[in-house]
Amino acid sequence: MDKKLIYLDNNATTPCDPRVVEAMLPYFYQHPGNAASRNHPFGWAAEEAVDYAREQIANLIHANPKEIIFTSGATEADNLALKGVFEMYSRKGNHIITAKTEHKAVLDACQKIEKMGGEVTYLDVDSEGLVNLEELEAAITDKTILVSIMWANNETGTIQPMKAIGDICAKHGVLFMSDATQVVGKIPVNPKEVGVHLMAFTGHKMYGPKGVGALYVNRKNPRVKVTSQMDGGGHERGMRSGTLNVPGIVGFGKAAEIAGKEMAQDAERLSKLRDKLQAGLCANLEECYVNGSEANRMPHVTNISFKHVEGEGLMMTFNQNIAVSSGSACTSASLEPSYVLVALGLGDDLAHSSIRFSLGRFTTDEEIDYTIDALTKGVNHMRDLSPIWEMYKEGVDIDSIEWSAH
Amino acid sequence: MAYSEKLLEHFKHPKNVGTLDKSKKSVGTGLVGAPECGDVMRLQIEVDDETGMIKDAKFKTFGCGSAIASSSLATEWLKGKSVDEALAIDNMAIVEELALPPVKIHCSVLAEDAIKSAIKDYREKNGIETPAEEAEKSH
Repeated sequence: MDKKLIYLDNNATTPCDPRVVEAMLPYFYQHPGNAASRNHPFGWAAEEAVDYAREQIANLIHANPKEIIFTSGATEADNLALKGVFEMYSRKGNHIITAKTEHKAVLDACQKIEKMGGEVTYLDVDSEGLVNLEELEAAITDKTILVSIMWANNETGTIQPMKAIGDICAKHGVLFMSDATQVVGKIPVNPKEVGVHLMAFTGHKMYGPKGVGALYVNRKNPRVKVTSQMDGGGHERGMRSGTLNVPGIVGFGKAAEIAGKEMAQDAERLSKLRDKLQAGLCANLEECYVNGSEANRMPHVTNISFKHVEGEGLMMTFNQNIAVSSGSACTSASLEPSYVLVALGLGDDLAHSSIRFSLGRFTTDEEIDYTIDALTKGVNHMRDLSPIWEMYKEGVDIDSIEWSAH
Repeated sequence: MAYSEKLLEHFKHPKNVGTLDKSKKSVGTGLVGAPECGDVMRLQIEVDDETGMIKDAKFKTFGCGSAIASSSLATEWLKGKSVDEALAIDNMAIVEELALPPVKIHCSVLAEDAIKSAIKDYREKNGIETPAEEAEKSH
């Protein structure tokens, strides 16, 4: 199994399910129409396919098909929700509440909104990555128009208390938006049930194609509207212009249909494999720290810090055949480790030592065995090389050393 | 990012990993970098009393592959050099030898700093004054 490639970076992107690819193929050549062409069979076929996919996706999240706005992905959907609400509800207020551990698509859009005259509160999180509900409620003012909290974090898999946040938003008459990129298609998601009014998600994190995503926009009680950020032909009920990516949408729909049928069994299988991986590594190696919330966590993710080992270097010991991510970025452009892990209160050293393992539908038991073995060897190799591991073993207090920052 | 064969070889089979007895007068130790920056290098030299030549060099590094390879290469280059020759090792020579990508140049700078720091420690222990012009150059 030496040359086999093992993919444990499914939070970055998932491979396309072969059944999804098969569903997409006819829409490249046999049915090449534009879904907005209302006057010939090519257009009708495309429109029909898009309508069907919209239904498949709506079914997965227990929504009305009319509540699905197709975009190019979750980043665009996040931007449309935040900037679209900020513009649409500017007469009501200019204040948005979000959290420090959000994805850059949300944080950077919020920074842009601040430049446009908005005010944004960035909530702290606790050591498990959860927002504090009292702090959230206390941050709401009469100018607050939107609360934006991600359903689950991409780095740690920590799931937020969505229903409780939704209740607070409802109580204060504030819209609730969620970046649900990491959860849709992986665990049951029902925005209406928890009081989410806008929700961003994407095809390529649920075994669908890249380049297609959606924004769920609540239609009733309240009827939510967003100002378009992409203007043109008035597609998607005027909220997002641009010719629809028909093959992509067909694939996205198929991926949603498959997820609806299989996610429960996938989640059960993957949580066992994830637990085996985490337990195996923590049994083989001292000084392993699991980051995030183990009680409220996505079933396929674990994020572990291997103390006194630098993550990027560690990855080089096995990255010829195992793909994972690290919270350490060792480049001259950025010596800062993951802002998400730092927000959890990890020291920069532990954040630099972190590895994220995200399993997927095609992960096998043998791959997990191989990974436990390879990681154990890699961490031991790196610790043999690590001066701070040596100091730790000798009982030197590493915090007492005056380091020369560079 | 694709790394050079030489870099990968130094990473997989690093040369001169280990620890010299820092209490010995003939040993100079340099510890540079910081855990919160993701890089810590400890580089040590042992100087032959009679010849003034570096007869052994060891390192341990916490860091990325480029940092480990840079320090492994530095120890290889140090052995057999006089202290003055060692001071002339320039980080750009490391960059060239390992074909470090631009974002990893700071790893070679750290290795050069580690060499200078180890020599400074050796000189201080042995009451050798650092020549004025060098003191000016070092940062």
